[in-house]
Amino acid sequence: MLLSRDSGRLLSPLGAKITLAVLLGVAVLVPLSNLALPAGSTFHIPTYLVSLLGKYLCFALLALSVDLIWGFCGILSLGHGAFFALGGYAMGMYLMRQIGERGVYGNPDLPDFMVFLNWKELPWYWYGFDSFPFALLMVVLVPGALALVFGWFAFRSRVTGVYLSIITQAMTFALLLAFFRNDMGFGGNNGLTDFKDLLGLDLQAGTTRAGLFAATALVLALAYLLCRWIICSKVGRVLIAIRDAESRTRFLGYRVEVYKLFVFTVSAMLAGVAGALYVPQVGIINPSEFSPANSIEIVIWVAVGGRGYLHGAILGAVLVNYAKTYLTGAAPDIWLFFLGGLFIAVTVLLPKGIVGSLDQGLGRLPWGARWRRSAKAEEGAAGVRGVAGE
Amino acid sequence: MSVAPLVRRLRFLVLLLGLLLPTAALADLAEDLQGLRESSYDAKGEAVERILAGGDERAVPVLEAFLDGRLFLTDAEDRMVIGEDSPGGYLIFDAMTGEALGEVGKRDVSKIKINNRLRQLVKGSLGALTLGSNNPATRIRAADAVFRSTQTEMIPALEAAIAKEQDAAVEARLRRALAATRLAESDDKTTRIAALQELGSFTDPEVRALAAGILVTDSDGNPTEPDPEVRAAAEAALKAIEEGLAFNGFLANIFQGVSLGSVLLLAAIGLAITFGVMGVINMAHGEMVMLGAYTTFVVQEIFRSTMPGAFDYSLLVAVPAAFVVTGAIGIGIERGIIRFLYGRPLETLLATWGLSLILQQVVRSLFGPTNREVGNPAWMSGAWEVAGGLTLTYNRIWIIVFALLVFTTLMLLIRRSSYGLQMRAVTQNRPMASSMGIRTGWVDAMTFGLGSGIAGMAGVALSQIDNVSPNLGQGYIIDSFMVVVFGGVGNLWGTLVGALSLGLVNKFLEPYAGAVLAKIFILVAIILFIQKRPRGIFAQRGRAVES
Repeated sequence: MLLSRDSGRLLSPLGAKITLAVLLGVAVLVPLSNLALPAGSTFHIPTYLVSLLGKYLCFALLALSVDLIWGFCGILSLGHGAFFALGGYAMGMYLMRQIGERGVYGNPDLPDFMVFLNWKELPWYWYGFDSFPFALLMVVLVPGALALVFGWFAFRSRVTGVYLSIITQAMTFALLLAFFRNDMGFGGNNGLTDFKDLLGLDLQAGTTRAGLFAATALVLALAYLLCRWIICSKVGRVLIAIRDAESRTRFLGYRVEVYKLFVFTVSAMLAGVAGALYVPQVGIINPSEFSPANSIEIVIWVAVGGRGYLHGAILGAVLVNYAKTYLTGAAPDIWLFFLGGLFIAVTVLLPKGIVGSLDQGLGRLPWGARWRRSAKAEEGAAGVRGVAGE
Repeated sequence: MSVAPLVRRLRFLVLLLGLLLPTAALADLAEDLQGLRESSYDAKGEAVERILAGGDERAVPVLEAFLDGRLFLTDAEDRMVIGEDSPGGYLIFDAMTGEALGEVGKRDVSKIKINNRLRQLVKGSLGALTLGSNNPATRIRAADAVFRSTQTEMIPALEAAIAKEQDAAVEARLRRALAATRLAESDDKTTRIAALQELGSFTDPEVRALAAGILVTDSDGNPTEPDPEVRAAAEAALKAIEEGLAFNGFLANIFQGVSLGSVLLLAAIGLAITFGVMGVINMAHGEMVMLGAYTTFVVQEIFRSTMPGAFDYSLLVAVPAAFVVTGAIGIGIERGIIRFLYGRPLETLLATWGLSLILQQVVRSLFGPTNREVGNPAWMSGAWEVAGGLTLTYNRIWIIVFALLVFTTLMLLIRRSSYGLQMRAVTQNRPMASSMGIRTGWVDAMTFGLGSGIAGMAGVALSQIDNVSPNLGQGYIIDSFMVVVFGGVGNLWGTLVGALSLGLVNKFLEPYAGAVLAKIFILVAIILFIQKRPRGIFAQRGRAVES
């Protein structure tokens, strides 16, 4: 099959090995240090920090999904936050159903906000969310279906470049407005919150938090492998060809829109999974996740880390979000200056991002010949733009 | 309650008194007014009727004060005064002479009390007193007061007023009041039917309520109006009124739509130019609009502090000021950032987004996160009441005019000037234009400056209808994109058609779907539309298109 070729190169670049090692390492070490070490120990990681790191990893997964389409297929989506939020809402709906009678109004059949709005019965689209497997399925299927329909319309009529970016933005804006409405049945303005437990485990408990963190790190590692696998396959090569010369690829006989649709849908599903992991760790999902500004922020994570490297996206997401946590705490007024400046500085001064620049810089050094070979090998496999022309 | 009308009324009173009126008439009125001091409401009612019979227009301010509960007796001198709220209590004026008596505490005066029956009586009688006024606006107010209070005793006064009325607008109001009074007070079937027929010619929600009132059924489903002929006349009148109202509503929708469309046009037209020429989407465009609005604020502040008398002209200064400020910033952005990102439209989009965040934060730090007050000049406030249910506000009318003016000027600039020629050349084929000796870099910078300058002028217009806050631009940026995408790039007509059609569709959907659903519907419609015509309604043709 198309997808199975070249899979031997899955872990060939150094970055991939490091990424996987780090992810698996933190998946074990962070929960361990949180649970096993006493609170006074230097290496103890408090629970709030575990959740914060878990949040970063969710954002990393989201950035990964954006890098998959932007870095390897040239599709700049400014609406990926919508898929993230949809996945989050699917998980949020399951968590809402888990509350059961423990809500403020104590209604066993209806979530609090529906009781408040004086609704008599559960809307049909809430059916099934009592079951965890069903909710998991929806986490993947709902964003996937939206991406499939949206992408089918957009790619079929060859909407590309800036136009595509704008209509993805319009999509998430429309969803933002829709989810703000109380009649939609998703809690309106306040969204879904007050979650109690997941699969019977208390969400506030340290063990659950640590478990969620480990799960997030593992899922991220798996998603990273999945993306590597797609990129290293023959499909991946066609995607890169589309990124670099769409018309030429079409004239060579490839059905460009099918490839784009495939990768767009996969990416939306990954974003949905990221949202589903995010919601139990932060304890709320509301319509502001749909805001176009959030979606554009994701793109800058990818750009900072380095577009078209996958692990660059992970690195960028963690770094930028760490900076956000730090700056919004230390000097709230500075944060927007910093973020805005980052957008400009990265696009003008550091167009390849951190990983891309490192890659190139190492290649230039005399002792970097081996690195350079590996970079070239990666380029052969993944066709990273810019490295060849150094 | 606002103070200005009261002051005006008092001035009017003083003026009248200054005309050396016969003291006897003054004494009569004064005597009648004293009747209001009586403690029993019946006695007060008699006093009001005596004042009415006297027909003295000078009683109007006193009765109005009585109606509003601002008529007092001073505890010290037992003098009848009109009070006006002030920080220390009340500013008081003599009820008869209008003489200012200084400020008193709230406890130093006692209010002359009024009940609902008296209130009704005074409201109706105020009408009679002012029907003869020289000021048409006062006569209209009087006629409307009678229309609402409907008292049989007003009929002769109305008939007399109609007979001598010269102004058609006032006469219509008088006839409306007369018909409503006859309908409500008369027992004669033919009079009532004639009144209903008369009322049917007024397109007015209040008249509709009157006609509908005739057709009300009681709890058993029986009509409250026994006479079938009257009911039929009421039905006919109701139908005529509703048709008229529907038509006016339609016109009002068109006006609202065009108004929204012209706002969108102003916001989007600069974006369309920069996108058309340079192929870059300027995400900081909304912030240029916002900066234009803040420029207006600063200009107005300067006017307020240096020459308050000329405040009405502040906008005339703000428009060029905003153009220059935002245009200069635009040129700065182009030279400083965008120049380095040519051929990478997506990166440009990100960089300008970053810039928009910075600009927002700069404004937030300088002017604070809350809304700033931008005033309307006198010639932009108020509304033009065309007909019942159709009121056009002057600020909206001016914005439509302004948008069209900007559009025409821009069109002339692009079609007729040598700069416009060069700009079009660069839009159509950049390398070729460059080989012909056009300084494409210069054209880019000027175009970006022009686009930003227009956004700044849009900000001046928007400051008149929207809140001036650091987030002002965010509210318009997505709509502007939609207009550009819908209208097509590189053709200003496309932007015009796009903006107006989006505005109209939005306003016509709103009554059925609500504002939010209408917006969602439009976004979805545009996403679908772009599938059919990926390059907008007025798609550009030529080699440059497939880039």
